[in-house]
Parts: sequence; C-alpha cells; structure tokens
Amino acid sequence: MSSIHLHYDVSGEDFTRAGEASGSVKKRLKALGYNTDAIRRVAIAMYEAEINMVIHADGGFVDVEIYPDHVDVLLSDKGPGIPDVDKAMQEGFSTAPDNVRNLGFGAGMGLPNIKKYTDDMRIETKLGVGTDLYLTVRVNQ
Amino acid sequence: MKNYFHSVELDADKCCGCTNCLKRCPTEAIRIHNGKAHILSERCIDCGECIRICPHHAKRARSNQLEDIEQFKIKIAIPAPALFGQFNNLDDIDIVLTGLRAVGFDFIYEVSRGAELVSEATRDMIRENKLKKPIISSACPAVVRLIKIRFPELCANVMPLLAPMEVAAKMARREVRGMTGLPDEEIGVFFITPCPAKVTEIHSPNHAEKSAVNGAIAISQLYPALTHAMDHLTTVESIAKSGLIGVGWATSGGEAAAMLGEKYLAADGIENVIRVLEELEDEHIRDVDFIELNACSGGCVGGVLTVENPYVAQARIHNLRKYMPVSLNHLDEKDLDMMLWEKELTYHAESFALSDDIVEAMEMMDQMEKICANLPGLDCGSCGAPTCRAMAEDIVKGVAKETDCIHKLKAKIQSVYDQLSSTL
Repeated sequence: MSSIHLHYDVSGEDFTRAGEASGSVKKRLKALGYNTDAIRRVAIAMYEAEINMVIHADGGFVDVEIYPDHVDVLLSDKGPGIPDVDKAMQEGFSTAPDNVRNLGFGAGMGLPNIKKYTDDMRIETKLGVGTDLYLTVRVNQ
Repeated sequence: MKNYFHSVELDADKCCGCTNCLKRCPTEAIRIHNGKAHILSERCIDCGECIRICPHHAKRARSNQLEDIEQFKIKIAIPAPALFGQFNNLDDIDIVLTGLRAVGFDFIYEVSRGAELVSEATRDMIRENKLKKPIISSACPAVVRLIKIRFPELCANVMPLLAPMEVAAKMARREVRGMTGLPDEEIGVFFITPCPAKVTEIHSPNHAEKSAVNGAIAISQLYPALTHAMDHLTTVESIAKSGLIGVGWATSGGEAAAMLGEKYLAADGIENVIRVLEELEDEHIRDVDFIELNACSGGCVGGVLTVENPYVAQARIHNLRKYMPVSLNHLDEKDLDMMLWEKELTYHAESFALSDDIVEAMEMMDQMEKICANLPGLDCGSCGAPTCRAMAEDIVKGVAKETDCIHKLKAKIQSVYDQLSSTL
C-alpha cells in the first residue's frame, strides 16, 4: 500500500463546522507519526481552504491522499468561481461578507496563506462552474 | 515515557468496569479489560477527570500523608493559592498559614509568592521579545503534558519558566538553608495540592530531572486537621507575603491578568483547552501574546483534590484579594536563571503514533479504516475502548479482537442460531 485516501464532504450550511475535515486529517497524520512540520502546514492550509469553500462556494468535497513523503489535497466546489485569481492571491484582498469578517475570517489572507504553507498550489476555476484547488505539502528532509 | 510515574491510580476492588471514566478521559488513555479499568501510561496526563467522574471512587490520586513530613528535620509547607478559597468567612490568609504551622510545619512559603515572581519574569520576557508568540503558560502540568503528547508544533510556544510551585520551593529552600545552615536533604518541602497533575510533576517533572519539592499533600486530605487547627488558634502569626497578583493565580484568568497587557486569552476546562490548542495549531487564533490554560474548570480552585465548589472558592478568592496589595514579591535579576527550565519540552510522538515506521503505520491505518467501517459506530464503550475507532486501533495493535464488540458478537450468535434453527 503506497498511500491512504481520505474523502470528506464539506457542508456549506454550517459555518461552525468548517475545519472538521482538516481536524480529521490532522488527527490521522499524528497517528501516522508524520513529520510534525508537514502536519502543521497541511492543517493550516486545509483549514483556510475549507473556510473559503464554506464562505464563498456553499461547500464541496475534499480528497486527501497521504504518501510517506508528501500529502496531496484536492478541494473541489461548485461555487461561483474566482474571477481574477491574481487579485485573489494578493494579501488583504477579500470579497467575504461582513458577517464572516466579524468572526475573524475574510481578512484576505486565505489564499496567500495557503500558498505560503504548501509546496505546490494550483487553482482551476471557471466562472459559474466552480473551483478546484490542488495542494501539495512535502516532508522536508 | 516508559516507567512513567502517574499519580492517578486505580483501586481495583472498587472498580466495577463501568464506562464512566472511559468516556470522560480527554486523551483516550483508559481501556477496560476483564472488568477493570487500565490506564495507558503513555497517554495519561494526570488531569484527574477520571477521579472526578468515577461514581465508585475507584480512581484516586497518590499523595503524601501528613505523617510523611516527620522524616525531615525542617518541614516546609508551600500551599497553593487555591487553598485560601476553601474556607467560609476567611478574611485573613494568615489564619490558614498559622494553621499550617499548628499542624506541624516549621516554615511556610506561599506558592502565590512564587507566582508573583513568575508573572514578573514573564512580563520581562514578553517585553524583551525573547519568546515565541503566542506564549502558552507552563503553570498547569496537565496542559503541558497534553501539549507534549498531542501538539508537537506548540511545544516551542510553552513558556520555559518553572511553575510557581517549583519557584516557591526553591526560594523557600534557599531561605531555610540560610537561616538554619542545614543541608538540602534535611529540609522537606511539601506542596499543599489541589490536583494530581502537580503530584506527578513533583515525581516526574516536565522541566528538569528532579523537582525541588519532596512531596504533596492533597488539600482534601489535610482539610480536617487544618480546619481543626485553625479553629483552635490562640494567636495569628504574621506570615503572608502575597499580593493580589499571586493569589489571583488560584482562578482561571488570574495569571493572564497578571500580564498587565491586553492581548491575552484564558481558557479553563480540559475540553475548552483542547479546542484552543487545536485552533492555535491551525493558526486560527492570532493576535494574542499570552495564553493561560487550566485543565480544570474555574482554574486551580477546580482541582479534584479540593473540597469546595470551584465557583464558591472563586468568589472567596475574589473577596480576599480586595484588601491585598498588588504584589509583594519582586524579581531579583540574579534569580531568573534558576527559574528557567533545565530541559526543552519535546514532543512524544509515540503516545499516539501507530508505529515509528511510517510505511508500517500507513498499513495499520489502512486496516484500521476497514475495521472501523465494519463496526457499528455507536461508541458505546462496551468493548472496553472509548470509541469504535479506538477499538479498531486496538485490534490493529493486537490488543483487542473484533468479537470484543458486543454488537458484533450478538450478530455472530444470531447467525449461528439462525443456521441451527434452519437445520432443525
């Protein structure tokens, strides 16, 4: 067996449940005795991405593939898509509504933070169709 | 962590194998085998939740008896500030301290005095930007152990300063050595403790090879003798040298308030502490400099070895503090070195990791997921593991079998019965 596959459906209805998938992945990585820096980076990046999915896209699903030396994550949603990816990557740029900002989210750090903590990040997005976010975190030797 | 000392232990005669402690344990450190609870040493953080919940009083904390102080020439008591919240109508903590003298202690040094020194040292270190932020308090040993076994990336955020108990013990020893000229071996320092985690901390410290404290006597254990002595005092000695900052450490938020800053957070109760640590790990909690975490609800006044309702104790502490000066103990820069941890806090991956070989661990997890998918998912605890997932883990580790699940067993018996009745 060369990898462990995990699948999660992320509900877009309940804001407070965002983070369940990343929490579950974190727990499993710890049970694997995974590299602790990699666990931290996967957890932070996935949590941010999950929050994005709930805020902007009414949920979706997450597929995680754990390998001994890296973790691949796909977060897929059928949301509105990102009109300008470059702009969304700028720190501080946010289209989050006020009620979300009041909870401490939507500071425009989501995508920049995800990029910061992952080794690879790829966004495939189509307006009106949805967004697929591919992340890879490698174990630093 | 093999041969790790735990102060929480089981009275096997009283244990009936019910699932109360199993379900309550925050680190899933309990299993029930052959009708008795067992503690998984590498996972127990000595928080005392199992002692609190057990209806049969089968869980208890190892601590010293008052007679144990007799083996030392000079006997020092270092009472936790939570002790001051245990008495009705108390308006002067000197009554409690004189009571401690009356039950046999020669010298008293309040832990709240150590707390004031720790508060000052922490403030200095924050100001000098010497620590990784957010700084997590190291005062609650159950929390420090929890971080050590479950939150690898937060180990570096734990403040590398001794807890007030340890600082108080060192200061008291030094003072008594100076007064009497006696060697350390003849001076016994006893902590009057609200919780079992502190007992563990004395016997198996997180911060050093050896603690400066010799033993711990539970507040609940000492209470009858102490209240009796307090009721029969003829004079009250002037012993107390604590201000409101030190005494405030008895309750949740007291230590954080002593930081005299605004960017702090205080959480109490083990489940809340775990939530805060998870969010810290995910970097969802930001813009906070200092984090105080107490495993017990209400803070140390909520310890399982106290006698009074924690919220009543909290109200009393609040009243006592009203008439106290702010702080009576000030840090001598020379003493800072002896207040620092002797060893770094390191993560114990083995507490939760399935194997130290990643490929083997992945194979085990794969099996675990398959077993788990076949279990009923009721998390009933009847098999002796707290959840179906924990049971799947135990099966993979070879310490449990699927038929330990009574629902699986029932289905098996049913199918045998069905087979038999169809052949008849």
